[in-house]
Amino acid sequence: MSLVTVDGAHKAFGGLMAVRDVSFRLAEGELLALIGPNGAGKTTLFHLLSGFLAPDAGTIRFGGESLAGLRPHAICQRGMVRTFQITRPFHRLTVLENVLVGALERVAHRRMAVAIAEEVLTLTELADRADHMGHSLTLPDRKRLELARALATGPKVLLLDEVMAGLNPTETTRLIELIRTIHGRGVTILLIEHVMKAVMALAQRILVLNYGELIAEGTPGAVVQNPKVIEAYLGEGYADLEA
Amino acid sequence: MIQRLALGIGAGGALIVLPFLVSSVWQNLLITTLYFAFLGQAWNILGGYAGQLSLGHAAFFAIGAYTSVVLHTHLGISPWLGMFAGALLAALVSQAIGYLGFRFGLRGFYFILLTLAAAEILRLIALHLPLLGGYTGLFINFTPNPWQFQFKGKVSYYFVALGFLVVASAVVWLIERSKFGAYLVAIREDEDAAEALGVDTFRYKMLAYAVSAALTALGGTFYAYYQFYLQPNTILNIHHSVDIMIRPIVGGSGTILGPILGSFLLELLGEFSRTVFAAGAAGLYVVIYGILLILVVLFLPHGVYPTLLAWLRRAAGGHA
Repeated sequence: MSLVTVDGAHKAFGGLMAVRDVSFRLAEGELLALIGPNGAGKTTLFHLLSGFLAPDAGTIRFGGESLAGLRPHAICQRGMVRTFQITRPFHRLTVLENVLVGALERVAHRRMAVAIAEEVLTLTELADRADHMGHSLTLPDRKRLELARALATGPKVLLLDEVMAGLNPTETTRLIELIRTIHGRGVTILLIEHVMKAVMALAQRILVLNYGELIAEGTPGAVVQNPKVIEAYLGEGYADLEA
Repeated sequence: MIQRLALGIGAGGALIVLPFLVSSVWQNLLITTLYFAFLGQAWNILGGYAGQLSLGHAAFFAIGAYTSVVLHTHLGISPWLGMFAGALLAALVSQAIGYLGFRFGLRGFYFILLTLAAAEILRLIALHLPLLGGYTGLFINFTPNPWQFQFKGKVSYYFVALGFLVVASAVVWLIERSKFGAYLVAIREDEDAAEALGVDTFRYKMLAYAVSAALTALGGTFYAYYQFYLQPNTILNIHHSVDIMIRPIVGGSGTILGPILGSFLLELLGEFSRTVFAAGAAGLYVVIYGILLILVVLFLPHGVYPTLLAWLRRAAGGHA
């Protein structure tokens, strides 16, 4: 069953068509990757899904309900939450307090929210930094914190915007494992990613965006062989390299 | 923990005996200190916790003051009740300003200008409304009756001001420990990130504005029945709005002790520069006061209280 349905989504900034006529479905329990060159419109599409921008045309449905006119918090409350590509920790709050904000979306009571936050911190391996300030974290920890906060809201759908960017290979491997664990718990995931190692390891299906248009869609194996994808994004020789 | 408790009891005891030990000049100074600490605490909810800087809180102050005085003089309603009518009216007006500001996404400087403009509009209304006495303002006849918020002697005013401050601080204390407080701080730190995590930023900013405005209005009633005189150019002046916000900023905005500490510091600083430099040249003390203020803001950007806390922690050998 499709949990998220995007039909003919359009978004232009002045003369620039950031997203044109994009349609796709995200099935419940799926792990879908969204790839494409810089400026292809991936993050804009996330803005549309999460309610930070309204589409000029087209509809986005979540669990059968149209998201038109809903502000981001309302979409989060319905169970779809996003992370930010450029991490946005609450600087003058501790890591625990950061995650607490997300947890309070699920339970109003502070003590119960703290319990949820601590559980999430353990899962995301941030528990030993619980009392560090948001501004003092290293980049890999900031990426984890983005993930932890979103997770604390108890989402059905997680929209991850380049959580692997800037990580070294070891950190990438650990984060792949973490995302797999989260997916294994029944969370539907849509991720934007440039790190192909992560995409190939995680994705069940891939969408490729170029100049705002969906140019390919399919299984990882098929997409990396697709000449259009190779030309627009992966470059000649990627398939050979992988093989 | 025991140290903090002892410190709290000590400070509380000192605040109770202090008015009986000092001259009437210092009693006056203490009342002003407590009353500005109260206003600072009210401002702190919106400005310090939610991070929405208001440079127009004089508006809510004036609404509180005028409402209770008008209800008292024309309808004989005790200011003890009238002050809640003023608080309600101030909360309503804050919702109108807040709607304009927050619905249309005004942030930072633009929100500051909006609050400033709103206070200015209110000043013009007060200047031209006969009911509020126009330019000359309103005088209140002194009839010593505690039920009418009028007291003989400064000590009573001192304890009323102290009571106000305790109530406002209790409100802030409760907010700090609630979901509401956690959301306000998240909004201050990063509004978009908060919104993405399910925080209805519009609603919570409106709520913070209402609570902040209502409390500020209560302070206006206190002022009216302490000064017995309301004049638009005095209380609806931008200087007054600055007076309200400067104490929590200096003391440490977004902390419960910041406005209190800031109020004591600035009152002492003001008094010190007045007495020491008054003999030199007229107005020199204002310049000195200004320079001291700049130094505080320059070297303690988060305010005195957080800096003090960091020093104490370092002195105790712990790491921040």
